Amino acid sequence: MSMLETQALTREFGGVIAVNKVDFVVEKNMITGLIGPNGAGKTTLFNNITGLDVPTSGKVFFEGKEITGTKADKVCRLGIARTFQNIRLFKELSVIDNVMVGRHFHTGSYKNRTVQAIMSYLMVEKEEKDTYASAMKWLEFFGLEDLRNEKAKNLPYGYQRELEIARALATEPKLIFLDEPAAGMNPQETDDLMKTIRRIRDLGITVVLIEHDMKLVMNICDNITVLNYGQKIAQGTAAEIQSNPAVIEAYLGKDEDEEDEE
Amino acid sequence: MFNFFILILIYTCIYAFMSLGQNLITGYTGMLSLCAAGFFAIGSYATAILTKLGWSFWATLPVAAILSAIMGIIIGLPTLRLKGDYLAIATLGFAEIVRNVINNWDSLTNGPMGIQKIPQIMVFGMNVSPYKKYGFLLLEVVMLLICWFLLERLASSRMGRALEAIREDEIAANSMGINVTKYKVVSFALGAAVTGIAGCLQAEYTLSVSPGSFVFMVSIMVLCTVVLGGMGNFVAVILGAFIIQFISYFPQLVGLSNIIPAQAKQIIFGLILVIMMIYRPQGILGRKERNNKKAEKAWLEKKEAKA
Repeated sequence: MSMLETQALTREFGGVIAVNKVDFVVEKNMITGLIGPNGAGKTTLFNNITGLDVPTSGKVFFEGKEITGTKADKVCRLGIARTFQNIRLFKELSVIDNVMVGRHFHTGSYKNRTVQAIMSYLMVEKEEKDTYASAMKWLEFFGLEDLRNEKAKNLPYGYQRELEIARALATEPKLIFLDEPAAGMNPQETDDLMKTIRRIRDLGITVVLIEHDMKLVMNICDNITVLNYGQKIAQGTAAEIQSNPAVIEAYLGKDEDEEDEE
Repeated sequence: MFNFFILILIYTCIYAFMSLGQNLITGYTGMLSLCAAGFFAIGSYATAILTKLGWSFWATLPVAAILSAIMGIIIGLPTLRLKGDYLAIATLGFAEIVRNVINNWDSLTNGPMGIQKIPQIMVFGMNVSPYKKYGFLLLEVVMLLICWFLLERLASSRMGRALEAIREDEIAANSMGINVTKYKVVSFALGAAVTGIAGCLQAEYTLSVSPGSFVFMVSIMVLCTVVLGGMGNFVAVILGAFIIQFISYFPQLVGLSNIIPAQAKQIIFGLILVIMMIYRPQGILGRKERNNKKAEKAWLEKKEAKA
């Protein structure tokens, strides 16, 4: 059984069909790539899976259970974390506080909600210490521990991307969605990112990423799905995708001679 | 003149309560609400009606707060999905609805005439009436300190962090497992409850309530107080409340009320706000940074122990 599966997922915005009957499959402990030209519906697909948007039709299954239309916070609690294409950090909060927000739903240790509310009130200090320590683990994972007291908005761009991933990892997901993690990075930073993504996979976390950087995608993805105009046009390993005529057509356009023949 | 200064302090405390509530809603959760006057009115009228029925102060106070909180939830559930100025308009409308209902529900609120001769309050067997200003001020200050401590505590807990995350980026907070709607409603209800307490004290101090005291300007004044002191800083908004009240009553305080008309204060407020927005938009004290020093120290100690 695959970890995550969408069945004929469709999202329409008025007359525009952003995602059209897409069957997207993510296998456990693999790095899955989602590529396609701009406007192909990649981010919309992410949003529909992670609960920020509700599909018009179709179903989403996570670990065998249907999660179609589940709200974003519940999806996160089930073990699906995500980052955003345009970095969405809590800008005025410090770096460590950003990661501590990711720890939010792990800090409530009492099952009874009223008891939890009162206990977390009385024991703020103790709870904060635990949260702080577990959040620091993730900053150390990215080597950002010395920047912990900086405001998130003051970090350089590359670090902001890393911090966003650290925040998502702090929710202890089973599956993480990265929306264009290499956007705006130089080749050196992209290489580092590749190593980081492999390290995340080695932690036993399944990774799904949208990316335009073909070097990165072809290097690290075990499985690639290609979208164009909202439809899935190909799926397979890097080698299969590279030689797929439909993919080449989507990216480079049709040969003019062929069009004449038609 | 000294007596008059005590009067300013008493009003400062009442406004400080409202500002604390507004600060939780606007400063921490980032919701631009303009219905402080509405919750203030509900707290006041609840107190007036219940004490007239013979309820004691300690029984009335929580009921006034809870009634305001319930109204906060009722208005919050449908409107909190609105953002920024849309929310402001919706909440402003709510405040006006409350005032108009009070104005017209004669059998309960006595309409535009208001309710007079509210019984004076007894605290621990002592008569703490407006005529004994020191006693009333002491009661207010003690209550304000308790309320401030509880709110400060709330802000430093995980809930406070969740509220700040919602203020910074709702979508990201939602994706981090925070139930945004729940926290917004809770924050709104708590803010409303604190504002309701202000209403309760107001009714007990003036011993009469009338719809004229709960006009739109009250909400604006409270918002100004929070902006002036510093959004997201409970100490700052108490300071802001004092400054606003001091300026309001300054002509009377120095005995110039014949020369300086009462309307002058609005011009002064406007000037102050313009100057503040240009030179210090974050308010006098600015936002309070989250304090992780203790947790950081504990973490460093643990790390050293390991090494």
